[in-house]
Amino acid sequence: MPSACGSGPLSDAATIDTAVVATPAARTPLRKRDQRAMTAYGLVAPAFTLMLLMLLGPLASVIALSFTDYQLGAPALSWIGLANYQEMFADRVFWISLRNTLTYVVIVVPGAVTLGLAIALLIESGTSLRGLYRTIYFLPVMATLIAMAVVWEFMLHPQFGLVNGLLRGAGLPAFSWLQDRNTALYALCAIGIWQAVGFNMVLFLAGLVSIPKQLYEAAEIDGAASAWARFRLVTWPMLGPVTTFVIVISGIRSFQVFDTVHILTKGGPSKSSEVLIHTMYTEGFEFFRSGYGAALTVVFLVFVLLLTLIKARLADRGVQTA
Amino acid sequence: MAKIELSAVRKSFDGTEILKGVDLRIEDGEFISLVGPSGCGKSTLLRVIAGLEPQSAGEVRIDGVAADGIRPSARNLAMVFQSYALYPHLSAFDNIAVPLRMRRLSAIERLPLVGALLPSRRRKERGIREDVAGVAEQLEIAHLLGRKPAQLSGGQRQRIAVGRAIVRQPVAFLFDEPLSNLDAKLRVHMRAELAQLHRRLNTTFVYVTHDQAEAMTMSSRIAVMIGGELVQVGTPADIYDNPRDIRVAEFVGSPKINILPGRIRDDGRIEALGFALRLTSATAPGPCRIGVRPERIELGSGPFSGHVVHAENMGSEAFVHLGVNGSDARLVARIDDPRRLPPIATQVSFGFATDAVRAFDPEGKRIEVEIEHAERVRERAIV
Repeated sequence: MPSACGSGPLSDAATIDTAVVATPAARTPLRKRDQRAMTAYGLVAPAFTLMLLMLLGPLASVIALSFTDYQLGAPALSWIGLANYQEMFADRVFWISLRNTLTYVVIVVPGAVTLGLAIALLIESGTSLRGLYRTIYFLPVMATLIAMAVVWEFMLHPQFGLVNGLLRGAGLPAFSWLQDRNTALYALCAIGIWQAVGFNMVLFLAGLVSIPKQLYEAAEIDGAASAWARFRLVTWPMLGPVTTFVIVISGIRSFQVFDTVHILTKGGPSKSSEVLIHTMYTEGFEFFRSGYGAALTVVFLVFVLLLTLIKARLADRGVQTA
Repeated sequence: MAKIELSAVRKSFDGTEILKGVDLRIEDGEFISLVGPSGCGKSTLLRVIAGLEPQSAGEVRIDGVAADGIRPSARNLAMVFQSYALYPHLSAFDNIAVPLRMRRLSAIERLPLVGALLPSRRRKERGIREDVAGVAEQLEIAHLLGRKPAQLSGGQRQRIAVGRAIVRQPVAFLFDEPLSNLDAKLRVHMRAELAQLHRRLNTTFVYVTHDQAEAMTMSSRIAVMIGGELVQVGTPADIYDNPRDIRVAEFVGSPKINILPGRIRDDGRIEALGFALRLTSATAPGPCRIGVRPERIELGSGPFSGHVVHAENMGSEAFVHLGVNGSDARLVARIDDPRRLPPIATQVSFGFATDAVRAFDPEGKRIEVEIEHAERVRERAIV
C-alpha cells in the first residue's frame, strides 16, 4: 500500500482503493465496484494530465526532436536518425564544453559544499550576530546572478578591478582573469562557489539545528574532547542525508551553469570557458539548429539523471542506517 | 569509587537562580537519588557534577579534587541520558565501544581507512571487542550488538546506554531520569535491575528522577530538592517517616499525605479539625497543619466523621476518599482489605494514632511534638 506520500487526488484514490479491498468482494455488486474504480481514475486524472503536459510531454518531444533536423521557425522537419548525435560526438567544441562543464562541477561542488559546511559550523557555534551572518552569506543567493555578474566583471577587470588591485597591493602579479584562456574557467568557478555557498550554508544550518544537543553531551562524556572528535563522531554522520542532498543539488546546479558564462565570457576566449548549456543555447537559439540543440539537451539530461539516481541510491542507504 | 562533594553550588541562567546554594556530600559507592518536582533544578545539579554546565558559584570536588575547569571528558564520569543519546548511525556494538575508542585510540588510529591499517589499532580493537563482549554478556544484550538503535525497543536502548556507561569503569555514574521513557511495567523491572547493577559494581550512583517511587525503591539515600534547594537528605525510610518540611511530606508517598487544618492552643496542646489531640508542642500558639499518611487513618472508629466521596479498589488494597463533615477538608485512607470498602456516600467515623501525626508550622517547617504522658502509657489508643 502506498504510504502517505501522495497528495491531493492521488492519496484520495489510494484510500478509495483500500475501501474496495476491505469490503467483501462477494457482497459488492460488480457495477458498484466499477463505478468506484471510475471515480478513482477521475480523481487521478487532473494530476496525471498536468504531469503529462508539464513534465513528460516536453521531455518526450525534446528526445524526439533530437532525431530530426528541425530548425527553429522552419515549416517542415525530417527524421534523420542518429545524425545529430554523430555530428555532436565528432565535434571538438562538444568535447571541450563537456570537459569544461565537468571541470566546473568538480571544482565548484567540493568548494561550495565544504565552504558552506564550514560557514554553517562557524555561524552555529557563534553566540551573537548569527542572523546578520546568515543574511550576509545568503545575499548572493537572493541577488539576481545577472546583476551580480556585472559586479564581478568590474571586480575582475584587468586594469581597475578590485581583485587585481589587491594582488598588486600585495606585490603579486595581476591577471586579466576573464580574458585569459588559462584563468577564465577558474574565475567562473570562483563566482560559482561564491554564489552557491549561501544556499548550501542554509541547508547545513537546518541540518545542524536538527542534531539533538544530547548527542554532543554524550560524546563529551564519552571522551570526545576535541572539536574534531565531536565533528567526526556526531556532526558529520548526523549531517549525512543533508550532505548527500547538498552535493547532488550543487552538482545539478553546476551542470546548469549558464548565466555567468553567457554574460562574462560567452564561452571564450577560444572556447576555454564553453560549457554544455551555453553550447546548447548557441546552437539552438543563435544558429536556430533546434534538433542539434535537443541532442545536446539529451546528453545533459543523462548526466543529471545519473546524479539523481546516485542520490536516490544514497538516500535509500541513509534510510536503512537511520 | 569516588566521593563527590558539592559545596554552596549555585547556578543561574539569565538572572534566574536555578540552584540556590546546594551542599551535598555523596559517599563512595553510594546510590543517591535526587528527587523533586520538575523544574526544581535536580537535572541542572547533575549536569553541574558532570561538567556539562559550569556552576555560577561554589565548588564540586570529585575524589577530593576540585573539578572546576576540568572538561566533562576528563572527569571520568559516565552518564545515562533520559533520551539515551545513542548515536543513531552506529550499531549497538559501536555505541558501547565509543568511550573505549575515544580513550584508547590516538587521533591517528581513529582516522577512517588510514587508522585501520595501523597494527597498533588492530591490537587495541581486539581488546575493545573483548571488553564490549564482557559488558554485553553482563547485561544480556549480546544478541543485539549488530543492530542500530532504531531497530531496538526502548528497554533495549536503555540497556545499550547503560552498557556504554559501564564499559570503561568510570568513578561514578550519573543517571538523568533514565526510566521515564519506558512503560510502567518495564520501569518496575529496570528499577530492580539498576539496583542489582549498583550492588554488583559497587560504584557511586547519582540518580535524578521526579518519580518518588524510583527513589524510594532503589537508593540508599534520597536528596529531596525543591525550588533549587536541598530540603532534606536521608534514607528512604527517614524521608518517608520523618519529613522535615511539608513539601517533602507531600512529595514523597503515593497517595499523598493528608494535610488537615490544625492549631496550637495557648496551653501548648495541638488540635486537628477543632478536636484536641493528646499532643503538646513548645512552639508558639497559632495555626498549624497536621499531616497523616493514608495508611495511618483508621476507619470505623474515632472522634472524626466524614462521608465517602470516592473509592479506588486496586485489588490488593483500596483507597477511600473522605469528605470531612463540618469542614471542606478532604482526605484519603488506605485499607488493606478491599472487601471492607464502604459504599459511596455512607457516613464513616475515623481517627488516627497520635504517633501518626506530623505537625508543620504555617511556613511548612516541621514542629516537634510531645505525646502526653498518659497517652504514652496507653500506647496506640485512638485519640
